[in-house]
Amino acid sequence: MTRPRPDETVVGALQPKLDQNIMLFVRLLRRIGLPVGPASMVDAVEAVTVIGVASKSLFYHALAGCLIKRPEDQALFGQAFHLFWQNPKFMERVRDLLLPQIKVPGVDTDAPEDMLRRLSDALADPPPTNQGDDTTIEIDASATASDRAVSQTKDFAMMSGDEMTAALSVIKNLAPYLPQRKSRRWRQQKTGGQLAIRAALRAASRQSGLVLPKFQSHQTKTRPLVILCDVSGSMEHYSRVMLHFIHGLTQHQPAVHSFLFGMNLTNITRLMRYRDVDEAVLAVSNQVDDWSGGTLIGSNLQRFNREWSRRVMAEGASVIIITDGLDRAPDEDKSALQTLDFEMERLHKSAYSLIWLNPLLRFDGFVPKSQSIRTMLPHVDHFLPMHSLQSIHDLAGKLQVIGKRRSRELVTWQKLARDAAKMAVRHSVYAQMKAAPIPADKINKGQKNGVVT
Amino acid sequence: MAGKPFETVEMLQAALRDGGYIANDGLSVSLFLALAKSRPLFLEGEAGVGKTEIAKMLAVLLGRDLIRLQCYEGLDIAQAAYEWNYAQQLVEIQMRGDAVAAEDHLFTKKFLIERPLLRALQPHPNGPPILLIDELDRADEAFEAYLLELLSDWQITIPELGVIAAEEPPIVIITSNRTREIHDALKRRCFYHWVDYPDADLELAILAEKAPEAADDLQRQIVGFVQGLRQQNLFKSPGVAETIDWAQALVELNCVALDPQMVDSTMGVLLKYQDDISRIQGSEAARILAEVQASIVQSEMSR
Repeated sequence: MTRPRPDETVVGALQPKLDQNIMLFVRLLRRIGLPVGPASMVDAVEAVTVIGVASKSLFYHALAGCLIKRPEDQALFGQAFHLFWQNPKFMERVRDLLLPQIKVPGVDTDAPEDMLRRLSDALADPPPTNQGDDTTIEIDASATASDRAVSQTKDFAMMSGDEMTAALSVIKNLAPYLPQRKSRRWRQQKTGGQLAIRAALRAASRQSGLVLPKFQSHQTKTRPLVILCDVSGSMEHYSRVMLHFIHGLTQHQPAVHSFLFGMNLTNITRLMRYRDVDEAVLAVSNQVDDWSGGTLIGSNLQRFNREWSRRVMAEGASVIIITDGLDRAPDEDKSALQTLDFEMERLHKSAYSLIWLNPLLRFDGFVPKSQSIRTMLPHVDHFLPMHSLQSIHDLAGKLQVIGKRRSRELVTWQKLARDAAKMAVRHSVYAQMKAAPIPADKINKGQKNGVVT
Repeated sequence: MAGKPFETVEMLQAALRDGGYIANDGLSVSLFLALAKSRPLFLEGEAGVGKTEIAKMLAVLLGRDLIRLQCYEGLDIAQAAYEWNYAQQLVEIQMRGDAVAAEDHLFTKKFLIERPLLRALQPHPNGPPILLIDELDRADEAFEAYLLELLSDWQITIPELGVIAAEEPPIVIITSNRTREIHDALKRRCFYHWVDYPDADLELAILAEKAPEAADDLQRQIVGFVQGLRQQNLFKSPGVAETIDWAQALVELNCVALDPQMVDSTMGVLLKYQDDISRIQGSEAARILAEVQASIVQSEMSR
């Protein structure tokens, strides 16, 4: 690397070490997700040679000026900076400083309470078995690679913390395409499509009256996507994963509107626009106060239909509803079921297509026995699983081509639901005929789980 | 603009009232500021609360021309701002012969067709016109972006001609029904006002103005009933326009006082969704009506 030699002798003596430390620091920044290119790193090194290391504040801003490119990265950078450069003798000992911290992940009591989890994760990689300085990088890389090899079919609920982290980073990088529709705007093209008379005349007036044909066709436009995600207790293992999925989608696609519902319905669209996924999830958890409670799906849909659907469902939006369909209202509550039926129907009719993601589909022999699931099924176009990386991958691949036409699987599901309904009726009639007490606990238990045992 | 058209908010409010538009303080202040500061006024609200009406009224009050641009999806520059008259240009080419350097003669104002936005920037004999950009939420985002230049600098750039700037900025009123969110960049350039449903007193005043044929008692019953309906969590609550329509319909039917049958048979004037109608028609309507009549009797007793 060629660069102007510094005038300050202090920096001059320490230069090689300082360069190395800045390099390490940049590597740390990259691992926590800041987009720092090599050019920025060179800038940072040069900036430090000019600024010097006498003042911590100046040093901080010299690095920040070179390495931060987006305002939302400031918080993360600040914390990484203070953690990395906190030792006053860091010039000599930065490598030693980094390693001891690695050995005690999570138990470091004087770590700031609000330290972002991603930063601690980045520092908490398993310590290298080989203490040699030169091999650190290779070991880091291998550790990351082995972490990424997480099972595609493993249930999110069964994953360990590490596996979940790896899965989330995969989900973050999915950038599915959304369904398209014809726009009313025209796009010119060389051949095919309709004659563009206006464009032909426009060209003719520049070509001394020579009229050559021009062609045009309708532009396509991404359909808006509305996501309604259940955050009640029965969904708690999945809602966090889905938040990351929604965040990834919102970052890539402009017209994604997202809502969470438990006891209340919350619009989280704006929060999901934060670049940093952890900041977004933190903001969501601050705003939503009914995590892991119960849910009344019908009344939430009613609120959505009344207050939001006209605002976010314009231009032929598709809807994804993420819930296990287990309503807090008891099965005997007919009015709650009626509301659910009515509001699902309305949602279905106002959507281009309605996709239901249900984690209960992780069970092989799942049968839609619960009343609320049976009520919702006739009003959806697609009924898909979402419990593993594989199923999320499948969904992302399908999302663009998923259309109005109902999937073949859905017909099977609906038949199963009808059969289950008949069975339920038969059960109750049979029980009444025998005048014996209805084995309520047995039936209800089976229905609640929705699983054939 | 040659001086402020209104000295105070009260004067504006009084002038609007004389013209037959009864505005509450919030709307009057926003409108006053928009006029005083020559900034666009962005009005958002449910359908039928009088957003478009205010622009029409303002045009009448100030004696200005009203230029209206109704937005729809796919609206583009050729329909909103300007277009070249290509057919005319071709004729010109034929007449002059091929040898003439086309560009100099063809791209002049003679061949320019002005659409609403460009027309609003041109000088008008009655002073700067009122430009009403109606239901902006129906146009797509690309069109919003095009408006940014117009709304901040009062100019339109035509590549072949150059920049056309307004000597005096028009009075711009933008309305939206909120079927989607308008971008913050556009909202930032405007004064914003959310037009809400009027309260009972205001609505009564509006009704007295717009449907004077209805008897006073009937007016009070109508307003009470409509206000009651708006408490009902309907999919679409009736707006002021519906109230006026209903009053006029009832007058047409020679009705002097509301009764449940009359309410049921004219429900379609007030509510436009079958779900809402089936919920309200019958016992629910009768209940609201009874409450309204009771409260009217009570207020007369206390008087």
